[in-house]
Amino acid sequence: MWARAVWLAFRAPAGGRRGLTAKAGPQGSVRITAEMIEHLERLALVDFGSQEAVARLEKAIAFADRLGAVDTDGVEPMESVLEDRCLYLRSDNVIEGNCAEEVLQNSHRVVEEYFVAPPGNISLPKLDEQERFSHS
Amino acid sequence: MAGPMLRWCCPVGRWALACIDGGSRYGRGAATGCTSSGKRGQSSVAQQPRITAQKPRKGEHEWAAVVGLEIHAQISSNSKLFSGSQVHFAAPPNSLVSFFDASLPGTLPVLNRRCVEAAVMTGLALNCRINKKSLFDRKHYFYADLPAGYQITQQRLPIAVNGSMVYGVCVGKKRSQVINKTVRVKQIQLEQDSGKSLHDDLRSQTLIDLNRAGVGLLEVVLEPDMSCGEEAATAVRELQLILQALGTSRANMAEGQLRVDANISVHHPGEPLGIRTEVKNLNSARFLAKAIDYEIQRQINELENGGEILNETRSFDYKLGCTVPMRDKEGKQDYRFMPEPNLPPLLLYDAESLPTAADPQQVINIDQIREQLPELPSVTREKLVQRYGMLPEHSFALLNEVGLLEFFQNVIKETRAEPKKVTSWVLNTFLGFLKQQNLAVSESPVTPSALAELLNLLDRKAISSSAAKQVFEELWRSKGKTPAQIVSEKKLELMQDQEALEQLCHAVMEGHPQVVTDVKKGNPRAINKLIGLVRKATLSRADPTVIKEILEKKLSPGDVSGPSARGRTVQP
Repeated sequence: MWARAVWLAFRAPAGGRRGLTAKAGPQGSVRITAEMIEHLERLALVDFGSQEAVARLEKAIAFADRLGAVDTDGVEPMESVLEDRCLYLRSDNVIEGNCAEEVLQNSHRVVEEYFVAPPGNISLPKLDEQERFSHS
Repeated sequence: MAGPMLRWCCPVGRWALACIDGGSRYGRGAATGCTSSGKRGQSSVAQQPRITAQKPRKGEHEWAAVVGLEIHAQISSNSKLFSGSQVHFAAPPNSLVSFFDASLPGTLPVLNRRCVEAAVMTGLALNCRINKKSLFDRKHYFYADLPAGYQITQQRLPIAVNGSMVYGVCVGKKRSQVINKTVRVKQIQLEQDSGKSLHDDLRSQTLIDLNRAGVGLLEVVLEPDMSCGEEAATAVRELQLILQALGTSRANMAEGQLRVDANISVHHPGEPLGIRTEVKNLNSARFLAKAIDYEIQRQINELENGGEILNETRSFDYKLGCTVPMRDKEGKQDYRFMPEPNLPPLLLYDAESLPTAADPQQVINIDQIREQLPELPSVTREKLVQRYGMLPEHSFALLNEVGLLEFFQNVIKETRAEPKKVTSWVLNTFLGFLKQQNLAVSESPVTPSALAELLNLLDRKAISSSAAKQVFEELWRSKGKTPAQIVSEKKLELMQDQEALEQLCHAVMEGHPQVVTDVKKGNPRAINKLIGLVRKATLSRADPTVIKEILEKKLSPGDVSGPSARGRTVQP
């Protein structure tokens, strides 16, 4: 999920997920604090869990940081790469749906016609409750 | 923002399972009660007598409360905001879900024209400035009923801004006077609704229905211009009536088409505003005012007991009648807003800027929508006051009940009775019967024509007003009978036989010489007693004014009754 979030955020400039992991340069000089890791874990609902994962995150950030090297002086910022396009307006007709069976095929578990998710109110363990891995 | 804060308290996904170990649980409905969370004497809150923010006890600092509202109204449309699946309440689970609604890879949003028009219409009705260019953004949060992991909303540049809405609050001892208040409308934004979660605590699982996911919402943000629960509830009610008049939302709170969050703070007048809390889950018209007043009072008590108000999200517990904190405070949320990359800016036009060669299906003309706006409730009320000489509060009452205005108008159309009489019958008798039996106007056993006929009988003095009440009760009980049938069956016609009445009057006077003497001595109330006795003798079938005339004639010296006595009105 973390990978996806990063991918969504960066896919326009970077061109995709593969770019993120494969092209990440060795200049991972960024250092991330334990608090920042915890914050990201909570936002993304992902357990970095290891030094390796943190190193990968640092590399990803370093990769994205290269955007800062592009000279944008005098360039008007864009809202979106599609900003000069017309936003297509659809007529208010029902043309989709009625495919519960197909949609539910993606679900790991199904009860009647419902998706089943884990109980929706368990928060991540607190920072001090977590088993910490060593992190510089 | 269909309640993302609500969800923040319980962030979860299947990914979360990996790292759950002894984590504490914060349930949506996990009411810990207002006493258990209490430090600094919160427990006293529930027991203390309620005092309103405006009326402090003597010797106390005066407190002023400030209330702002965020209202989510589901747009009344055939299909969803960005997909062609149907919008319908209570359909079989996941039957109204397209691949886009389920957030399958490769699907893209396609904006529904109707939803844009509904937003423009609502913006115009709320005196907003319509932004000719507005933008869509992604707001990220994790919850199982939001499969994309983000909601498409309008954070940077919403479709409508800077409006206002006037609503009427009842004041005075009998609450019979209406004063108008104005609340500013900060903005209206278009956004997606989320799906629904059914929590199965027993099996420790959550069932997800995505039928609602992606339905178009109007988020209407009202500035903190209200000062108590009643004002907020009245403002919500006015917005509800406006949305219904426009047809942009059905705004039925019971079906979740109108959902309210309130931002509440208290301060001493003249001092800076206090720290605010946000109360979620105000999804019942009945509890809206109660929940807000509770929270105002809780904050006042907390501050007076030396406590402090935390900037937190609370929810109103309907069973306990109090607000409870919803999540731990350390978690500062981060929605990671970003421009929605798949939707270019939304451009709207007016008559001037409309491109000449444009496909009419692809452009929205604000001026054209303005011309087509239906009559708004405030105008309807104004017209009622002018046309029928009705009191403003009666015009409010007529609009407040679904279908009541139509019922009233249908009665008016078919009766010769005075509009004031019709208003009184519809608002007192008819509405009273409905309320007593908890019925909607559409469920009434009495039709407008039947009431019109009854009022006609009353108008031409064929029956007395107390007989009319009897006929009405009978109409209510026995569907299908006409008032005329009931009148003749029950022999409720007014006694028109002057001679018979005179005889009855005579007999009553003979039977009560003491009262007669009292009248002659000049006791003005004594004659009412005689009138009452005669009416009783006629089984309430005689017109009291006629009885009074006869009695006065008989009691006056000679045959000429005094003009002053005749002019006096009688309350039998």
